[in-house]
Amino acid sequence: MDSEPKKDVEVAPALIAVHPDQCSVAVAVGQHLRVFDLAAGDAASLTDDSDAVAFHTDNIRAICFGAKGKLFVSAGDDKTVKVWSTQSWRCITTVSSEKRVSAVAISNDGNFVCFADKFGLVWIVDLDPPSRDKKPSPLLSHYCSIITSLEFSPDGRFILSADRDFKIRVTNLPNKPLNGAHQIQSFCLGHSEFVSCLAFVQGQECPEGLLLSGSGDSTVRLWNVDSGALFDTCEVALKAGLLEDNGKAEEHGHAVTDICTVLDGLLVAVAIQSLQGIILLSCNVSEKTLSVTKVVSVVGEAFVPTCLGSSPSTGKLWMVTGVSSLPGCSYPALARVRVISDIDIEQEPVVLGDDNIPGGEKLLETLQGTASVDDNAFLAAAEAVKTAMCHLLIKKQYPSENRESRKKCRNDRKLKG
Amino acid sequence: MSETEVNPTISKSTGLPRKRFYRARAHSNPLSDSHFPVPISPSHVDYSFHYPQLFPSSGQADSSKRIQFADVGCGFGGLLISLSTLFPETLMIGMELRDKVTEYVKERISSLRVANPGQYQNVSVVRTNSMKYIPNYFGKGQLSKMFFLFPDPHFKEKNHRRRVISPFLLDEYAYVLEVGGIIYTITDVEELGDWMKSCLENHPMFEALTRKELVADPVVELLSSATEEGQKVARNGGQTFQAVFRRIVPSDQPS
Ligand SMILES: C[S@@+](CC[C@H](N)C(=O)[O-])C[C@H]1O[C@@H](n2cnc3c(N)ncnc32)[C@H](O)[C@@H]1O
Repeated sequence: MDSEPKKDVEVAPALIAVHPDQCSVAVAVGQHLRVFDLAAGDAASLTDDSDAVAFHTDNIRAICFGAKGKLFVSAGDDKTVKVWSTQSWRCITTVSSEKRVSAVAISNDGNFVCFADKFGLVWIVDLDPPSRDKKPSPLLSHYCSIITSLEFSPDGRFILSADRDFKIRVTNLPNKPLNGAHQIQSFCLGHSEFVSCLAFVQGQECPEGLLLSGSGDSTVRLWNVDSGALFDTCEVALKAGLLEDNGKAEEHGHAVTDICTVLDGLLVAVAIQSLQGIILLSCNVSEKTLSVTKVVSVVGEAFVPTCLGSSPSTGKLWMVTGVSSLPGCSYPALARVRVISDIDIEQEPVVLGDDNIPGGEKLLETLQGTASVDDNAFLAAAEAVKTAMCHLLIKKQYPSENRESRKKCRNDRKLKG
Repeated sequence: MSETEVNPTISKSTGLPRKRFYRARAHSNPLSDSHFPVPISPSHVDYSFHYPQLFPSSGQADSSKRIQFADVGCGFGGLLISLSTLFPETLMIGMELRDKVTEYVKERISSLRVANPGQYQNVSVVRTNSMKYIPNYFGKGQLSKMFFLFPDPHFKEKNHRRRVISPFLLDEYAYVLEVGGIIYTITDVEELGDWMKSCLENHPMFEALTRKELVADPVVELLSSATEEGQKVARNGGQTFQAVFRRIVPSDQPS
């Protein structure tokens, strides 16, 4: 662990989040948080009453809208969690974490924010009554595993946590969660690599929702959260023709980086490492199956999305690619935003050009930091994100002889030092 | 010729594996990453590998029969050996982090199976980090007993999170234990004994067994006598501290 090149680990992928009613779009890249107010057609100006110089002082690792769009939360390597009102874009609460933060979620009623630290501990903060500084209480823990995603179930019964040990834990949310959430409902087990992302699909037939998860094993899976039973597995990379049938040409080259439901969950957009574009899956809620509908390619530039966002009712998918900082790159915080529109069962989706994007050039200037960016930089960015993700999430399997010699080396070092 | 000549790790006189060939570092760091296979889920646990006589053909296992006892950090396996004949109908498994110690227990079981045909078929061992992979081995409410005998104390405050009994790990143990299932702990380290007891007392899904229940439970007396560590403590006249708790339904049931 300690021998790893630090630079790679510190590269943070760009993130995007879309307000549920598409009132605003937020992009986080490095320590920068950028919000565009689509209703006003202008950049939102974020304010924070605390006298901090910057909102975040290190890479932001997680952002999300919550509580039906009333709240927004941002958190990351600077060990702070900031809760924002999306009305005023004022920071209403700042929470200090002891460790770096890897994932965040807001409860549907807006009363609680949860975040995971890099020790695998999930903390909960009561937002009611509101106050500037809040102390978090421990909620649950994944034993020394990095938590990659946190999600409240749509019916508010459960909190879900996914980790790099292939595991998804479903925990009952008690009436008084500040005393901890001890009752585990289920574990969703089936992935054979780290779980990178979670999302819920809802339908009239199942208001409680079905769980979707994406993983380093190049699959998206559909689960029953109550029992942990696996409904279906979709080998997205294989089905989309990215992989030969006989398997892994390039190991971990097709890890699923993000999933996002579009059109109230009728379709699911999937981002995969190395894919310039996205894969659309359709989820049959009554049959409980997943199938690949089509691949939507982004042509004309090297665009491998690092994160996806959508407001549920629109047929639009927002995508971002970029990284916090690349060694030797002239852009300190690189981000590129693209939008796919007309995502529908019948229609052919369209990758919007920059002049057709909602919010236009002003939005791009706000969220990307500049209206136009050098195309080549993004290929390097995609590579850097891939490396960083591998280092963070894939457990190294040293052959045993090798392991012994590593130990010896370490001891030698200790003796000399 | 005879197997014992080929395999010097087996004692000629007793036919049992010799412990000295299986000595290992006293403590492993349970936080470091694993280098052993982990079943993807409880349904991937290979019962025919662990209990070949009871599950003759792999793949189509008798799904009604599942592992019910887990000895966590089983060490050299003394408890399992005693339990095996006391509960011949129950499947049980030891979980051990140290590779060589696990190999020793494996050998011990197979020697006993050879020497006592028909017996010890219900006991097995697996090398794993119980602190990370319990949910990979057991489903919800599957276990009726869990044992934590003489666990490593990890004295330093900053190492308390390495302890096998902790408030958060108890959530997982409560998940794999059936309602009414029992968790047995014992130690010769008073501070650790207090810690394990207070973790269990403060957990909403566990309650202590009454004195009467402890006396009636034939397993309780094995805690201090059946394992290698327990015997060592007894030889040295050391004191032991036990905490035995039952899995209950919490009162703050989510609505
Ligand atoms: C002091 S010994 C006690 C062994 C046995 N229970 C007895 O009473 O003789 C503790 C054992 O727990 C094992 N152990 C420690 N942490 C473990 C973990 N996370 N998973 C599995 N075994 C573990 C150690 O390797 C060691 O063999």
